[in-house]
Amino acid sequence: MNRPTVIELDGVSTSFRGNTVHRDLGLRVKEGQIVGLLGGSGSGKTTLLREILGLHRPDAGVVRLFGVDLNDPDIRAQRNIRRRLGMLFQHGALFSALSVYDNIAFPLRELRCLDEDWIRRLVHLKLAMVGLGAAHGKLMPAELSGGMVKRVALARALALEPELLLLDEPTAGLDPDRSQNFVELIGELQRELGLTVVMVTHDLNTLAGLASHVAILADHHIIAYGTRAEIMTIDHPFVTGFFGADRRKLL
Amino acid sequence: MSDRPSLHVEPGKVVLSGAWTLAEMLPRLAELQAGLAAATEGNRQWDLSALTRLDSAAAVLLWRAWQAKWPACLEIGDIHRRIVERVAELPQEMPPPPVARVHLPEFIGRYLLKAAANLRGMIALFGQLLLDTVFLLRHPRDIPWREFTANVYKAGALALPMTALVGFLIGVTISYLSALQLKSFGADLFIVNILGISIIRELGPVLVAVLVAGRSGSAMTAQIGVMRVTEEIDALSTMGISRSIRVVLPKIAGLTVAMPLLVLWTSAVAMFGGMLAALLQLDLSLVYFLENLPRVVPVSNLYIGLGKGFVFGFVIALVACHFGLHVKPNTESLSANTTSAVVTAITTVILVDAIFAVFTRQIGVPQL
Repeated sequence: MNRPTVIELDGVSTSFRGNTVHRDLGLRVKEGQIVGLLGGSGSGKTTLLREILGLHRPDAGVVRLFGVDLNDPDIRAQRNIRRRLGMLFQHGALFSALSVYDNIAFPLRELRCLDEDWIRRLVHLKLAMVGLGAAHGKLMPAELSGGMVKRVALARALALEPELLLLDEPTAGLDPDRSQNFVELIGELQRELGLTVVMVTHDLNTLAGLASHVAILADHHIIAYGTRAEIMTIDHPFVTGFFGADRRKLL
Repeated sequence: MSDRPSLHVEPGKVVLSGAWTLAEMLPRLAELQAGLAAATEGNRQWDLSALTRLDSAAAVLLWRAWQAKWPACLEIGDIHRRIVERVAELPQEMPPPPVARVHLPEFIGRYLLKAAANLRGMIALFGQLLLDTVFLLRHPRDIPWREFTANVYKAGALALPMTALVGFLIGVTISYLSALQLKSFGADLFIVNILGISIIRELGPVLVAVLVAGRSGSAMTAQIGVMRVTEEIDALSTMGISRSIRVVLPKIAGLTVAMPLLVLWTSAVAMFGGMLAALLQLDLSLVYFLENLPRVVPVSNLYIGLGKGFVFGFVIALVACHFGLHVKPNTESLSANTTSAVVTAITTVILVDAIFAVFTRQIGVPQL
């Protein structure tokens, strides 16, 4: 299949105060893939995600989203790119001063093109998509449980109908049952909306339930990238250590 | 580009093609909305099979164009039909989000109740401090010396340069302005009285209090507030460490001790600035100034100034800690409480200053 490349990382190098995080890292994610990004603690997964989002500029190398270089000086091009991606932060990052409803409506209102009725329908639609009711819209983020914060954050990430969804530890802090629901929810949304998803996770069940592809970050670069079956055959200390006896679980 | 959303009206049938997504629709939204509205007139047949993408924003747009009814004849792919179904499942009448209406009496009442609650909270905090002090006197090993000295250093030592600069400038200004007036009466020598009494008794303490309320008071509220947001205060409690002994008491004690010292320092620097200005403006020698100062300004003024500093420091820290402890875990509350802390601290300081003025009116003013 010759589908367009959504994320393209080329020769990315990053270091913090002399500590190398990434060295000459490359990755290509094609449309419609669900990529699980794996790596040990402190291997720079979140940094990589921040670089894809353009929140952190690598010391060297190029990051391209939808074929546009993130260093492109054109502000409008930059803004258009940002509108095509949604991010689910690990702790939700909901705006604590706004209600759930306003949190989801916020990016829609910022477009300054949609009328209030349209926004209202869309917000209720997103709330329904993540399994929340209209009554939840009035709550403030401080009144939500951990799982609900994740759901609202997902609804907000989906508000602008992104083509690329980035998830940082989507199921961390949820109980197994909730996390299974959340995985199914994301999978269903991905199929319906044709999203490309990149997620950082430590949870094997999440990985097995969602990911079509796995990228492994170790020794400062992506040591392996392929479908789940391909990854299993790789002989690398990190892979054997991470999956251990559970290798088959991933399949 | 073939992927742009487009709409053709064929006889008896509307054909939609391209990617109907929010991002693609935005540049030509008005055109598409007008097209849809026109196409809805008299057309019952819709062909959506040529769509490459349909997102929920577009589905809502379509559903509204269809006036919340499925068209009589609709050709659409399964995935896209599911998306429109989701929109159709929503209740038709969406209650608008409630808008809070504020009535004036309600607003004033709420404000007063809040002020009463704050006053009560501060009294409770004061009581807690007294209990803690009794506890610490009985168990001197638990006195948090490190936190206390750290607060004296942060609120006191680090504030020295700023208070000195402001004090110096105020001293110069007052001296200069008074000198101009006194010169016209030929009462040049009274500059010593004016500067001495006004700075040592009144301006020094109030000036430092305002600066410290803005500098250290806001920092205390913000720090305790963020510790509450990040649950650090709760973490302390779970370790069996009293938050009032470890967090609140050292702050209040530290500022209460540091303030009189700051007042002394600022008054001294302000006097120095005033002396310099008097020297330049009135040719009043520094030696004359210093020799006459103790004669015309009774030492009780200094005690009053230091006493004010002591009380102001206590009030500022108490107010700051009270508001910090009542921060709710959101950014809005943090900023609102920090503002309230500074405003309340400065207002209270000026109120206390007025009380001081009334009760010390017989003391330290030389009778001619």
